[in-house]
Amino acid sequence: MSRFKQLEIPLKPADYKSDIEPTWCPGCGDFTVVRALTQAFSELRLPPENIVQVSGIGCSSRAPLFMRTYGAHTLHGRAIPFAIGVKLANPELTVICDVGDGDLFSIGAGHNPHVARRNVDITVICMDNQVYGLTKNQVSPTSREGLYGSLTPYGTVDKPLNPIATMLAYGATFVAQTYSGNPKHMTEIFKQAIMHKGFAFVNVISPCPTFNKVDTFKYYREKVEDINKDPEAVCELIECPTKDINERGHDPTDYKMALELAFHDLDHYYDPEAPVPIGIFYKSEEPSYEEKVEAVKKRYNAVENPSPEFIQSLIDVCIPKEV
Amino acid sequence: MASLEVAKEVKKPKPLSTNSAVAYAVKDLDVDVVSAYPITPQTTVVEKIADFIANGELDAEMIHVESEHSALSAAIGAAATGARTFTATASQGLALMHEILHIASGMRMPIVMSVAMRALSAPISIWNDHSDVMNARDAGWIIYFVSSAQEAYDTIIQAFKLAEDPDILLPVMVAYDGYVMSHTIEPVITEDRDEVLKFAPKRPFPYRLDPDNPVTMGPIADPNWFYEIKYQQVMAMERALEKAREIDEEFRKTFGRGYGIYECFMCDDAEALIVAKTSYAATLKTILPKMWEKGYKVGLLRLRLYRPFPVEDFKNILDKVDAVLVIDRAISYGAPLQGPLAMEFSSLIVKEDLKLNLTSVVAGIGQRRMIDSDFENLVKLAWESRTKKYDRTIFYGVRL
Ligand SMILES: Cc1ncc(C[n+]2csc(CCOP(=O)(O)OP(=O)(O)O)c2C)c(N)n1
Ligand code: SF4
Ligand SMILES: [Mg+2]
Repeated sequence: MSRFKQLEIPLKPADYKSDIEPTWCPGCGDFTVVRALTQAFSELRLPPENIVQVSGIGCSSRAPLFMRTYGAHTLHGRAIPFAIGVKLANPELTVICDVGDGDLFSIGAGHNPHVARRNVDITVICMDNQVYGLTKNQVSPTSREGLYGSLTPYGTVDKPLNPIATMLAYGATFVAQTYSGNPKHMTEIFKQAIMHKGFAFVNVISPCPTFNKVDTFKYYREKVEDINKDPEAVCELIECPTKDINERGHDPTDYKMALELAFHDLDHYYDPEAPVPIGIFYKSEEPSYEEKVEAVKKRYNAVENPSPEFIQSLIDVCIPKEV
Repeated sequence: MASLEVAKEVKKPKPLSTNSAVAYAVKDLDVDVVSAYPITPQTTVVEKIADFIANGELDAEMIHVESEHSALSAAIGAAATGARTFTATASQGLALMHEILHIASGMRMPIVMSVAMRALSAPISIWNDHSDVMNARDAGWIIYFVSSAQEAYDTIIQAFKLAEDPDILLPVMVAYDGYVMSHTIEPVITEDRDEVLKFAPKRPFPYRLDPDNPVTMGPIADPNWFYEIKYQQVMAMERALEKAREIDEEFRKTFGRGYGIYECFMCDDAEALIVAKTSYAATLKTILPKMWEKGYKVGLLRLRLYRPFPVEDFKNILDKVDAVLVIDRAISYGAPLQGPLAMEFSSLIVKEDLKLNLTSVVAGIGQRRMIDSDFENLVKLAWESRTKKYDRTIFYGVRL
């Protein structure tokens, strides 16, 4: 935790809430995200003035408004590049993106591979309701096949995108999934994601009771299982290769197993018996983008605040010598 | 003429929003491909089209893409094969399309797009003004502003006929006010599909992708050729003016409704004019008769065809008045006049050596409320401006 400034006297979760009354529909899963995030901030003792929450456009992207941290409500799909700018300019800040599945995986999808492979030290929280909520019920890239939306009156024929597998393949160094029906689990995951050095991605299964009548709390309540705690959940999804798993559940440092599990993340769309895995799929300690830049600077003896004399000396090298 | 008989038939209007009217036109034109990404206040256009397709009322492909950048790109791909192609957007969607707008016009694709106009971020506004289209005006598209749901229906039909004309081959935008028009219901007469298709038969892109005659579209043009290709767009845009006028006249003969390429309302004997478009023009038409009774002889020049700009027509109209007040619903920051349309009228006045006062008024930014009394104020301002010069743009209704 030394990477973050911490408060000596912790604030209460409520202290991180703003005066703005959320405009979400009653029963929206996104309420839990605010609850869990403010709880995580409090437990991590983060100074509110050091937190920047960047969002795109969507119901989910309103989240920063309801919290007392810095916030930027940007453009549909552009939270990540905005956040990268914030982080690189001031690496001491805790930078979090609050976005939706449409925001992150349709219009803004082009940013994902690059933020992940560069391991920029930000946390992306995707409130995945498998629908475009704000524009009132169109299917999203994470919608299950056959889901009805206003542009697909007979159900979508598109195959759903797998957020976990995608981010793992892109090289994200922290990938987790949590669920709006379990605020405790969500808080724990958020804490770990924020503490993680490098790019952290958390997919939040966050039902939209107004428009998505299939992927509801009722549906997920029965199905979610914690892969880090519940060995059975793991072995229901994949063939359990080692006894180890039978005892402890999935080990997040195991990339191969993480990918294997991720490939089965959406099994429940097709198999009514399949569980929905939540927990940390993958976590790896690698140099962050900022660290890698610092390493290059060091290698080439970069000078932070060059004096005019130093700059002149560089120019002088280029002045042709008289022969 | 048989067509006049059609016009005489009494048709029952349907209660439609402008968005629905646009969707009906797309259906009646038997459009082949629609690509879209949802954005408020456009979304109900493509939702209605999706319903038509699902119900079997329109045999078209609907491509539900992942952004507006892709929506217009897919539309270009479809049009390149010779399909009749439509898309719709608003605000940030139109802004995100920007580079593709130029590809569509540069490749001469006869695509028609409706725009339910909305302000641009930041800060976020989902409400209506004309910033989106005014920011796209130099992208080489023909642009219509329409003032009613009926006019939107009729203009989409005219737009396809104009776009697909082999002498034109340019994409066309049909723009109207988000919410104020897109989501309000008006009576709209829709026509039989056969009649619509007789009026605007499909004329697939003549240089389309065809295995028997392979072509490559949009490859690099070196400095020896790029300029000429751009000049062809200049010429096509110039030709579009008279063609648009002809098409509207033919439309009037066929369906009994026509608009011209602009509208001059109460212009006879007027001493001053207000230039307005979309719903503001419609509102002014209800205000002006009352104002004339009070002695304000102010007419309305309603902008309908904006690109190409009807220079000659406007010159003759302006020549007869002492003052013109141009209402802009977009801001050109730091420009000599911050109303972009006012600047165009100003350059017309200079270019044609006309003697009249021009007043630039910016209003309704982000849908700042404008009610009857506000329009009355603008009529009075236009009247005053015959003898009083306002050198700076007036930001009407802003709190200072
Ligand atoms: C360039 C652009 N295109 C379209 C939109 C309209 N739009 C706003 S939010 C949204 C999708 C929202 O879905 P998601 O990201 O899943 O967020 P949710 O509302 O479901 O939380 C769309 C299409 C926009 N704001 N900007
Ligand atoms: S529409 Fe859905 S996602 Fe949006 S606030 Fe309502 S419940 Fe939440
Ligand atoms: Mg969503």
